Amino acid sequence: MLWATLVMSVREVRKNALRSFLTMLGIMIGVGAVIAMVTIGEGATQKVRSDVGALGENMLVVSPGAARRGPERTAGNPFQKEDVEAIEREVTGIKALSPTAQSSTTVVVGNQNWPTSVIGVDDGYFEVRGYKVELGRSFSEVEAASGTPVCIIGKTVRDNLFAGAMPMGQRIRVKQVSCLVVGVLASKGQAAMGGDQDDVVLMPLRAFQRRIAGNNNISSVYLQVENAQMTSSVQAQVEDLLRERRRIQPGGVDDFNVRNMQEIADTMSSVTASMTGLLGGIAAVSLLVGGIGIMNIMLVSVTERTREVGTRLAIGALASEVLLQFLVEAVVLALLGGILGILFGLSLSYAATQSLSLPFVISPGTVAGAFAFSAAVGVIFGYLPARKAARLNPIEALRHE
Amino acid sequence: MAEPPRADAPSPIVEFRRVEKIYGEGESEVRALDGVDMRIERGEFVSIMGSSGSGKSTAMNMIGCLDVPTSGAYLFRGVNVCDLDQDQRALLRRHFIGFVFQGFNLLARTTALENVELPLVYRRVPAEERKKRALRALDLVGLSSRAGHTSAKLSGGQQQRVAIARALVTEPSLLLADEPTGNLDTARKAEIMELMVQLNREHGITVVMVTHEPDMAEYGTRTIVFRDGKIISGNG
Repeated sequence: MLWATLVMSVREVRKNALRSFLTMLGIMIGVGAVIAMVTIGEGATQKVRSDVGALGENMLVVSPGAARRGPERTAGNPFQKEDVEAIEREVTGIKALSPTAQSSTTVVVGNQNWPTSVIGVDDGYFEVRGYKVELGRSFSEVEAASGTPVCIIGKTVRDNLFAGAMPMGQRIRVKQVSCLVVGVLASKGQAAMGGDQDDVVLMPLRAFQRRIAGNNNISSVYLQVENAQMTSSVQAQVEDLLRERRRIQPGGVDDFNVRNMQEIADTMSSVTASMTGLLGGIAAVSLLVGGIGIMNIMLVSVTERTREVGTRLAIGALASEVLLQFLVEAVVLALLGGILGILFGLSLSYAATQSLSLPFVISPGTVAGAFAFSAAVGVIFGYLPARKAARLNPIEALRHE
Repeated sequence: MAEPPRADAPSPIVEFRRVEKIYGEGESEVRALDGVDMRIERGEFVSIMGSSGSGKSTAMNMIGCLDVPTSGAYLFRGVNVCDLDQDQRALLRRHFIGFVFQGFNLLARTTALENVELPLVYRRVPAEERKKRALRALDLVGLSSRAGHTSAKLSGGQQQRVAIARALVTEPSLLLADEPTGNLDTARKAEIMELMVQLNREHGITVVMVTHEPDMAEYGTRTIVFRDGKIISGNG
């Protein structure tokens, strides 16, 4: 019976194709807007997450100096080897870590020179930042311990200094130090907040300290936490430990800061989420208007088809069967509108994400939700007209002109 | 509730016992039926006549279980219709009664076949069998070649024959026709009436037809005349 009713309803919708389409338009635009907003928002969120993830997954960066911005910003003393060892020893939940020291300088090969960042690192740095050595090799233990001047260069540095030639075994000059290239990093591309992650020259920390910086300072420590849930716990442990080591009084201002990349990602996602919510609300209003459109056209339809309802009742249709028929018709209208809206919204967001170079992520939950929501709109706004049809008196309905 | 039909004297298909139908109240009270007693036996072809306002349409609606008496009793196949609720009366119509209307009342932009199938849909007949039976009914009214035509492409006489096919596709015990020839020209009228007579004689379907044309009434085996809510002739 339900199948026969469905077939009848679809036929009824097709009979008035233009009218049905115009009625669906409200739902279609509403659903389309919701789908487009959510999909674009989802894409933006993912983009932010993957960008931040590309800096280093579950990464914390510990640097000297207060986190505060503004003129009173204090420069803290750099860390020392003992600080890093203490963190390694006493903080639980760390997967990998690397002390680093950094200098912005111009590197030279022959008559080519290129301004870049030269960073002294430990082995852990590759893991924390997600760098991989694509060509050549990483630093040997002997090189790391002895301070031999070797380096691994990023793709941008390679392109600018070697222009396609094989860099391995060549020497580049960093300040006054001649440095042997042993490897090239796999490209990581742009970081979230600008900055070319391939524009880098990595050296063993020991070599950097001794030959380039001329001191034993550590400018920041990169940490990778075991999993995202532990980030804040590790952050608190590191802060407590460093406060103790640097003798900061309770209530005093820290002369170091721990940056949590996850926090930055969360802030940015929550901004996108609230935008999505706001626009979703506006779209919901348009769904409401679409629902009223369906109710309106169903009321017109019931009036137009009064004689038909009379005939159906005379040949033995129950009031509940007439109710079901008109209800199913309203749901068919709303669902078709919903399906068209889903397609419309997806193509719209596909175009938008392509032009904004965001990832195009279809959220099955949202699509299913939109589908269910449009069915619900059909039931809610179809009920009143359907009840009107079901309550018709067959004798009067048959006499209706 | 209903009196059981007696084996030796089967109950008539339609029996009115002092049926009254009153519309409105007080000053504007209208006595559409005023204590009518009437019996129609199985296999009869009864024509009901009367001027407008005589109560014939009210009687017709009541026979078709679309309406219930204000007082008195109406027994359809021995069952007192007054005791039934709206849905039970709908089920009686679904299973025992076929309707033919003056205005045909075919569904717009729907093929003849689908129109004829409609009562079977409500009877939950499976699609295959529905189609077979609808085609047979269309064949009986001589329209099997027009099964795929929508009502707009059929002439008035053809439309009424489709409507008759729709009424008899369920093999009803009672065919109710309300001015079935009212909208047709003379030649078509005769065609439709001959079809009804054939259904009555060859298929044993009881026919009750309301008409205001004496020529049409003559096709029946008996004519009941209403005036002012009472039967003035033709009762038994």
